[in-house]
Amino acid sequence: MRAWVEKQRYIIDFTLSSLIRRKVKNFGLLALYTLIVFILASAMFFTYSIKREASLILKGSPEIVVQRIKAGRHDLFPVRYLETLRKIRGVAAVEGRLWGYYYDGLAGANYTLLSPPTQQEAAEPAKPSAKTAVVEDEETEHHGVDASKPLFEHQGTALEPGTLIIGNGIARIRNIAKGEFMPFRAFDGTILNFRIAGTLSSQSELVSSDLMLIAEEDFRKLFGIESDYVTDVTVVVDNPSEIDTVASKITKLLPDARPIVRDEILRTYDSIFNWRGGMMIVIFSAAVLAFVIFAWDKASGLSAGERREIGILKAVGWETSDVIQMKFWEGAMISLTAFLTGVILAYIHVFFTGSLVFEPALKGWSNLYPHFALTPFINAEQLITLFFLTVVPYTVATIVPTWRAATIDPDSAMRHTGE
Amino acid sequence: MIELVNVKKVFNAGNPSEFSALNSVNLHIGENKVTVLRGPSGSGKTTLLSIIGCMSRPTAGRVRLGGREISSLPERFLTDIRRKTFGFIFQQPNLIKGISVLENVMLPAYPLGEPRSRLREKAMQGLAELNISTKAASKVEWLSGGEAQRASIVRALINKPTIIIADEPTAHLDTKLSQRFMEIIEKFKAEGKTVIITSHDPLVCDSKMVDRVINLRDGRIEGEPS
Repeated sequence: MRAWVEKQRYIIDFTLSSLIRRKVKNFGLLALYTLIVFILASAMFFTYSIKREASLILKGSPEIVVQRIKAGRHDLFPVRYLETLRKIRGVAAVEGRLWGYYYDGLAGANYTLLSPPTQQEAAEPAKPSAKTAVVEDEETEHHGVDASKPLFEHQGTALEPGTLIIGNGIARIRNIAKGEFMPFRAFDGTILNFRIAGTLSSQSELVSSDLMLIAEEDFRKLFGIESDYVTDVTVVVDNPSEIDTVASKITKLLPDARPIVRDEILRTYDSIFNWRGGMMIVIFSAAVLAFVIFAWDKASGLSAGERREIGILKAVGWETSDVIQMKFWEGAMISLTAFLTGVILAYIHVFFTGSLVFEPALKGWSNLYPHFALTPFINAEQLITLFFLTVVPYTVATIVPTWRAATIDPDSAMRHTGE
Repeated sequence: MIELVNVKKVFNAGNPSEFSALNSVNLHIGENKVTVLRGPSGSGKTTLLSIIGCMSRPTAGRVRLGGREISSLPERFLTDIRRKTFGFIFQQPNLIKGISVLENVMLPAYPLGEPRSRLREKAMQGLAELNISTKAASKVEWLSGGEAQRASIVRALINKPTIIIADEPTAHLDTKLSQRFMEIIEKFKAEGKTVIITSHDPLVCDSKMVDRVINLRDGRIEGEPS
C-alpha cells in the first residue's frame, strides 16, 4: 500500500514537472479552458438567478388582471364595472390601477408611470396589496406578513400631488435627485412640472428601474383620464381553484372585459426571461462548440515531443497504465484548475460585478439599464452539469491519444536517432 | 542465461511494405559475459537487442531468460521483467529535457514506489560513481555529450539490473569518451553483470574485455546455416 501511495506521488510529481516544463503551452491551454468554463458558468448562473428572481417577484402578483377590450384594442376600464366584479362570488378584493408608459424624448427612454395605493395603504407595506406586486422571501414567507415587502419601496416618502418618486434608472439617466423638478408634456401639450420627492429602493431595481410613482390626480392630468376610468383592474381570488371560474364569470358578465389570470402573466414573464434564457443558450452553445473544437484538437494527437517522452518512459520501465495515469493526472489538474477558476470568476462576474460582460445585451429593454445585484443562487445540479460538460469530455479527450501512444512498443525510443 | 530459438521478426506483416528484420536466429548468451552484436546498418542488431530486452516480441520463435520462456508473456509482465532485469543505454542519451539530471536518473524507479529518500540516495551514489554528482541538480540540456551519456548510464543502473543492454553506445562519442565508456563496461563485468552491446565500432568490438562478437547480416547470424 505504501509503495502504491509512493508511486502515485512520484507520478503526480512528474506530472507537475511536465506541466511546468511546457508552461507556455499549458498556460495557454488553461487560459482558454478557463475562459470557456467562465462563459458557460456565467451563462448558467445568470439564467438561473434571473429566473429565480423573476419567479419570486411575480409570486405576489394579483390572481387576475382585468382589461377592457374595445374593438380588439386595450381601452380604459370604466370604474362602474368594479361593482359588478366585486359581486362575483369568490372575489375577495377588486382594485382599479392607473398606470401607463411615457416616452421621454430627451433621454430616448420609456418610463412606466404608476399611481400607487393611497398613502394609508402605502404606510402598511406588510399588507399585500393587489395594486402592488410584492416580493416575498421564500425562506421567510411562512413567518407571517412581515416577510412581504412591496415591489417598490418609497421608504416613507409622502407622495403628494405635484411630486414624483422615481426609479434609480431614471435618476441616473436624467441625472436628477430629490428636490429637483422634472418636466412632462401632458396629453394636451401643456407642460407639467413635478418635484422629485424621492427614489425607489434599489432592492427591486430589476423591475423598478424605469418606474415612476405619481399621485392619482397628477396621473389623470398627465394622461387625460377622467375620474370614472382606470387603466385596468386587479382581482384577488382567495381560493386558487376558483380563479378560472371567476375569470369565465367576468367574461360572461362583462363581454368587453378581458381577464388575464396570473398563470398567463407568469407564462408571459417566463417567456420574456426564457427569451433571455434562450439568448443565453446561444452563448452557451457557442461556448460548448468552442470547447468541442478545443477538445477535438487535443484529442487529435500528442506532439512529437510528448510521444518521444512516452517512448522513453516505456523503455525505462513504465507500464502503459503508468503513462495513462500520468496523462490522466495532467488532464485532471488542468481541467479542475480551469473549472474551479472559471466557476469562481463567473460567480464574481455574475453576482458581484452584475454580469459586466453580458449586461448591455441582457438587462433592460430600453436604454434604462437596471443596476441590480442578482441574489447568488447556485445549486449542485448546475455545478454537476457544468462539470460533465467540461471536465469529463476534456479528460476523456486527453486519455484516448495517450492510450494510443502508450501502447506503442517501447523500442521506438531505441530507434530514435535525433534529439 | 538468455536463449533465443528460431526467432523471427517481421514488420508490417501482410502489407506490401512487409519486411523481415530477423530470420531464424538461434543464440545463447552466457551470464557475466560481454557480448557484442556487430553488423552493418539494417542487419537486425537493434531488433535483436529489443527482443532480448523485452521491448518487443518476436513474430515467431522463443526467448528464454534464466530458463523461463518470456516471449509469450503479456505486456505488463514483460514491463516488470524489463524494469527489474535490464538496464538500457541508448544510442542517444534519451534523457527527458526540462527536468534535472537527478530526476531523469530516478525515473525508472518511480513505478516501483521506493521511498524517496532511499531512491535519492541510490541515484546520488550512482552519479558519484560516474563523477557527475555535481550535475545532479542541473537540467539535462546543460550537459555535455559525455555527461549526458553517463547520466543515461546511471539511469540504466538505478534498478540494479543484472543485464545491461547498450545500443550503439559510442556512435555519438569521440575516442576519449568511447574509451571512458568501455572502462565503465569493464566495471560492470567486474560486478558480475551481463552486458550486450550492438556496435560496429572497432573500439568496442576489438576491446579485450569483450567475450564474444556475433556478426549479423540480413537478419541472420553469420556462419549459421540459412
